[in-house]
Amino acid sequence: MRDAAASGAAAELDHDVLRRAVISGIGQSDVGRRLFRSSLSLTLDAALAAVEDAGLTRDHIDGLAAYPGGGGAAPGFAGPSLLEVHDSLRLELSWYTSGVDVPAQLSPVMQAAMAVGSGMARHVLVYRTVTEGSARSRARAATEGAGSPPGGSSPGPAPRVEGPMQWLAAYGITGAPQWYAFYVRRYMHDFGLTREQLAQVPLSARTKAALNPKAVYREPVSLDDYLTSRMIADPLCLYDCDVPCDGATAFVVSRAGRIDAPSGHLVEIQSAGAGAGPRMYRDQFADVWWAGPAADQLWSRTELEQSDVDTAQLYDGFSFLALAWLESLGFCGRGEAGDFVDGGRRIALDGELPLNTGGGQLAAGRLHGLGHLHEACLQLRAQAGARQVPDAEVAIVATGGQPNMGCLLLTRSR
Amino acid sequence: MAPLPAPGPDEAFFWTSGSDGRLRFLRCRACGTFLHPPSPRCPRCLSADVQPEPVTGTGTVQSFTFVAGAADAPPDVVAWIGFPEQDDLRMTARLVGVAPADAAIGMAVTVEFEEHEDVHLPVFRAAGGPADRRRADT
Repeated sequence: MRDAAASGAAAELDHDVLRRAVISGIGQSDVGRRLFRSSLSLTLDAALAAVEDAGLTRDHIDGLAAYPGGGGAAPGFAGPSLLEVHDSLRLELSWYTSGVDVPAQLSPVMQAAMAVGSGMARHVLVYRTVTEGSARSRARAATEGAGSPPGGSSPGPAPRVEGPMQWLAAYGITGAPQWYAFYVRRYMHDFGLTREQLAQVPLSARTKAALNPKAVYREPVSLDDYLTSRMIADPLCLYDCDVPCDGATAFVVSRAGRIDAPSGHLVEIQSAGAGAGPRMYRDQFADVWWAGPAADQLWSRTELEQSDVDTAQLYDGFSFLALAWLESLGFCGRGEAGDFVDGGRRIALDGELPLNTGGGQLAAGRLHGLGHLHEACLQLRAQAGARQVPDAEVAIVATGGQPNMGCLLLTRSR
Repeated sequence: MAPLPAPGPDEAFFWTSGSDGRLRFLRCRACGTFLHPPSPRCPRCLSADVQPEPVTGTGTVQSFTFVAGAADAPPDVVAWIGFPEQDDLRMTARLVGVAPADAAIGMAVTVEFEEHEDVHLPVFRAAGGPADRRRADT
């Protein structure tokens, strides 16, 4: 039997640790569909912008955190390793961490907050860099240049797949769109979500991206465009999938009190939630409230409630993931997200819950979670320009699409 | 060419189980829980006494998507299959003899096996279809 205390309520948070941390600086490189620049170059642009924004110099940076760190299988997915950044900036580090087995892309921000809150570091530089747009373009060019492989289609032994992917690869299930297509069809069957409702997530994203000069796709998409676009993994179509891009986003997380900042510049961390989904094998459960435990942790650790949130930046690697987060976070009931987004009014910039106000990953580009955090900070600092949500004081950011999940509740400093 | 599994020691039984026409999953001898994908210990009671056990091989489609197949052929239907032996016992597999337009959540399916090199790959056909009738006739 499991001890109720071991599997029940969220651990009691030492609020003082997280609240000793502030997001003191934000920075972002150029962002584009294909920039053909090195990931290190983009990272340094973002990093130095964030350090300057915090009113610091690189000599102040004594911590470094990133997702996923160097390496990684898919070209362009991982940015430079921590040690490449360390070496390029000649940092003197007292603490650093990276990894991919973490509670999603916000994890390095949470870890940075814990590090400065506990005294392991004073100012931690956090970054996420992608060059997937240009990497895919290069790969395509290489394939076309090579022509057909010698020997044509002569049969040889089949390639082999080991580890967790062995359960799917032999059936042609190789990519994330397919993993989530199963959930979406099941959810449509169980709760009556329509494609017209799901379309509101990308359509609304494009409307907002038109007001974001750095967004990759700023042209509007109509419902007819959506309904007639090609299927990527039925029922997910082209516009349900986010857009690979090039860009780097960086933050400085500082020990509060070590920063002299103008009023309204600092972003405070009110609460955090982290957790792993039900199973790493996505075909082993059909429910879509995989982020429920992380969301429950977040709300159990704050006096703030859903109705206090002025803007939500929810992971939208696929349109449906934002709906799953809406339900897991309790912005609507389970099975009700389709009605919640129906017509797009509630999630519009002037709606009751402005969602993914910069266009999210579906329109602004897959900056992979930290683009959402950057947008939240811009909104809280009243720097979002034409897409500013008036008087945004509370923002929620959630990243991950099962099994890794993390969310942050942020407020503007007074 | 679709890749084939390269199973480790815990998984090898699954991909050869079809050599006698039976689908098998690991089952805990201590508490009776089926577990899949295989794991060295029962996730419920943590017993290490887990052994492959045959199941009927009949299940229901819980969800599905389409995967591009050969150039001039309709796409494959690939489904989540749930099994009656236990609520959360399920796997992903390709359906055979099911046109994309005929795929439906809730349809009953039954296992058969394709031989590829040393692998007996489980695939599923609509239950009560021609293969089942052939079996009933003989």
